[in-house]
Amino acid sequence: MSYVIEMLNIRKEFPGIVANDDITLQVEEGEIHAILGENGAGKSTLMSILFGLYHADRGTIKVRGKEVKINSPNDANDLGIGMVHQHFQLIHNYTVTENIILGKEGGFVLDTRQGRRKIKELSERYGLNIDPDSVIENISVGMQQRVEILKMLYRDADILIFDEPTAVLTPQEIDEMMDIMRALAKEGKSIIIITHKLDEIKAVAQRCTVIRRGRLIGVVDVASTSTAEMAAMMVGRQVNFKVQKAPAKPGEAVLEVKDLNVLNNKKVLGVKDFSLSVHAGEIVGIAGVDGNGQSELVEAITGLRPIESGSVSLLGRDITKLSIKERNDLGLGHIPEDRQKRGLVLSFPLYDNFIIKDFEKRPFSHHGLLDKPQIKEYSQAIIEKYDVRSGEGVNSLAGKLSGGNQQKAIIGREITAQPKLLIAVQPTRGLDVGAIEFIHAQLVKHRDEGNAVLLVSFELDEIFNLSDRIAVINAGRLIDIVKTEDTDEYAVGLMMAGIKSGKEVG
Amino acid sequence: MAKERLLKEHKAGSLLVSLTAVVAGILAGCILLLVLGRNPMEAMRLIIHGSVSDPRRIGNTIAVATQLILIGLSVAFGYKAGLINIGGSGQMLVGGCVASLWAYYGQGIPRPLYLVIIVVSGAIAGGLWGFISGFLKAKFNVHEVVSCIMLNWTALWIIYETIPAFMVDPSVASRSASVPAAQSLRTPLLSQFFPRSYINWGIIIAIAMVFVIAFILNKTTLGYQLKAVGANRFCAEYAGIKVSRNIIISMTIAGALSGIAGVTYYCGYSNMIYRNQMPNEGFDGIAVALLGNCNPVGVFFAALFFAILKAGKGSLGAGAGIPPEIADTIIAVIIYFSATSVLFRRLWDRLFHGMYEKKLGKMNIKAAGPSSDVER
Ligand SMILES: Nc1ncnc2c1ncn2[C@@H]1O[C@H](COP(=O)(O)OP(=O)(O)OP(=O)(O)O)[C@@H](O)[C@H]1O
Ligand SMILES: [Mg+2]
Repeated sequence: MSYVIEMLNIRKEFPGIVANDDITLQVEEGEIHAILGENGAGKSTLMSILFGLYHADRGTIKVRGKEVKINSPNDANDLGIGMVHQHFQLIHNYTVTENIILGKEGGFVLDTRQGRRKIKELSERYGLNIDPDSVIENISVGMQQRVEILKMLYRDADILIFDEPTAVLTPQEIDEMMDIMRALAKEGKSIIIITHKLDEIKAVAQRCTVIRRGRLIGVVDVASTSTAEMAAMMVGRQVNFKVQKAPAKPGEAVLEVKDLNVLNNKKVLGVKDFSLSVHAGEIVGIAGVDGNGQSELVEAITGLRPIESGSVSLLGRDITKLSIKERNDLGLGHIPEDRQKRGLVLSFPLYDNFIIKDFEKRPFSHHGLLDKPQIKEYSQAIIEKYDVRSGEGVNSLAGKLSGGNQQKAIIGREITAQPKLLIAVQPTRGLDVGAIEFIHAQLVKHRDEGNAVLLVSFELDEIFNLSDRIAVINAGRLIDIVKTEDTDEYAVGLMMAGIKSGKEVG
Repeated sequence: MAKERLLKEHKAGSLLVSLTAVVAGILAGCILLLVLGRNPMEAMRLIIHGSVSDPRRIGNTIAVATQLILIGLSVAFGYKAGLINIGGSGQMLVGGCVASLWAYYGQGIPRPLYLVIIVVSGAIAGGLWGFISGFLKAKFNVHEVVSCIMLNWTALWIIYETIPAFMVDPSVASRSASVPAAQSLRTPLLSQFFPRSYINWGIIIAIAMVFVIAFILNKTTLGYQLKAVGANRFCAEYAGIKVSRNIIISMTIAGALSGIAGVTYYCGYSNMIYRNQMPNEGFDGIAVALLGNCNPVGVFFAALFFAILKAGKGSLGAGAGIPPEIADTIIAVIIYFSATSVLFRRLWDRLFHGMYEKKLGKMNIKAAGPSSDVER
């Protein structure tokens, strides 16, 4: 079989780091080809080169056997290459049709009618199930991703690049996504997928290129390689998928939420009569399908969102009326859901990001003057402990870090501050398996040091791995809270759908 | 490995980009002059002649630069917190007005104290104007551009009424009585080097402010917060930084800087206030900040450059019948190019990549294409 894409001996340097060091990637026609590598290994960089966003310092690219120069995403489009970025690039108040044909149709007036027909046709052909007339902000993340896929298909792309497509999807959506990819491959499309989830590679890919620290480690046949082998190949050691932890020794209540009601963005109650307590020395996991009030609950506890009624107390003190700063200073830590929006100032260097909550405290400042050497020393310790990789160490701008390393930086900052209550929302989103193992161990260690951890995750695996108790949320209500050892994924799955011990909960 | 380092591709820095904007502006001016059938070299010569050919002219150019530095700093400071301060004119007017009132009614105060009083009260008045914009933005989400424009006109009409009431010049109705030189910021200490020029203490204040603002932005927790709010409000909020408070502080300090510019202008440079004239400096300050990349030191040099153009343009009409608007055109083109500096950055990066590729070619290695890594 011939190669549809060949990237030969690609090299790309950024200040202080070789992101791609002599990497070769060969994709066969009609195959689903996975790229696996640690956070910061250079996967996104390699794909950005193929899509014309970056330009290699060295190396050759061949498309369908012919050597090409790809200077911009337009060139990539012309060669039939499409890409879905991890952060979608859709205009929120435009319809699906408008988003798709934008930038493709010539002339000043959008001819939506013809575009609409083609979109409907494509949607049916690949089972995407998309209504061309809905407005982006009203559809789910999973749907938005399909719009991105349609965008590529509409431009007649037959080489499709997906950069961590499943990081933002719910488990159900991931299954559907896998089906769509198989359907696309069947129609003769060639697909490159970056993912940290080995099960997904197993489920769809034929071959997998493994890279580590910018270098090619090897190409494996997926069917004949176990996930453990792939993981070991990528991190260079055995990875333990199961978290080691002793039974919890819960102490007094650290967080107490009573009868909480919170409005969501649509101005209706997103959290309803919610009560929950988290004790020192335990991890409570909130299980639920995305969009069932988890974000509103977390924002209400952290002070980012006003509440309608009820109360929140931290260490026995009512914090309902306290400012965000006062809550943070009382010992609240928060790994936010959206790392780029809330978690980091992307244009600040890492060291400035590490002190964003504590810059007014000693030793980071005295009498209003920042103490740079102290700040850098503190930051250096975080990036070393949490293995935050970047070109220029603590001086790197946060926005230049790879997605997973941004996440590690936030987690490192929050745990290092030793909060009495740590709220971790999707803490391992976008992390490689080695990093997940490490972060899980850190969360357990934080628990063992006598702190409370409230974990929000859409992945049942993670919930079951870490939690001592599991609280299930559905449509803003607490369905039930159970000890992890007394339940199983099936029961929790049912409760997530609003069904408690066989009865439907209204 | 060493060789590979040597072969690293260059990236355009902001200084290079700003300089390109300047050159492009001057080129555009030259082309315009050619179209008009004039000699561009002659125009350049006249501008230089008019601005720096003798001590008096140099002194005047410095005096013009004084206001531009201060307002440029004002705009840049607001911009760091994500705010667009186009209220410099109004802030200048109120600052200048308060200082002028002291000049007329505060005679007999010992001079060092008097100087401190007028500068501080001008800063307070301008700061109040900035505060109002900041407050409206923070509490009622009124866009600062809207409130700044309204406050510019409010200031103008207050001055319109204040002049006939408190600063009457019996001979002319259209402006205030002029501030006696002894009550202004002018000082023999500086004038002796630049005789008969308008140079005054203002330039010393302006230079000091360059350092003060750079210090605040880079070394203090205040500057840190302001920048965090400007760069990512959502993250600042998450971290417990009070966004509203910082917006107000930022606009107040920006207003105070423009207020001081009003003092140096109306009690040092022109020494009088026209009843019905919105000072242009408030808007020129935006250009200065833009060209200076909102960096205090950059602002300083950008202001000097614009001051040369502004001070020199008078010679154009007088000397050779060249329309002095040419200087304004050059300024306008530079503003345009600094605002679209991304284009220059790309251009340079492309150029650098070409050079890089050529070098690689000599070494028989292939590069994959020109670079367009745009900073995000
Ligand atoms: N624009 C840039 N400027 C400087 N360094 C960069 C830039 N883009 C990426 N890097 C660096 O290059 C390395 C590779 O980054 P890349 O985004 O390709 O990693 P990745 O394999 O996609 O990781 P992840 O799994 O975390 O997304 C990282 O160390 C990153 O800091
Ligand atoms: Mg990536």
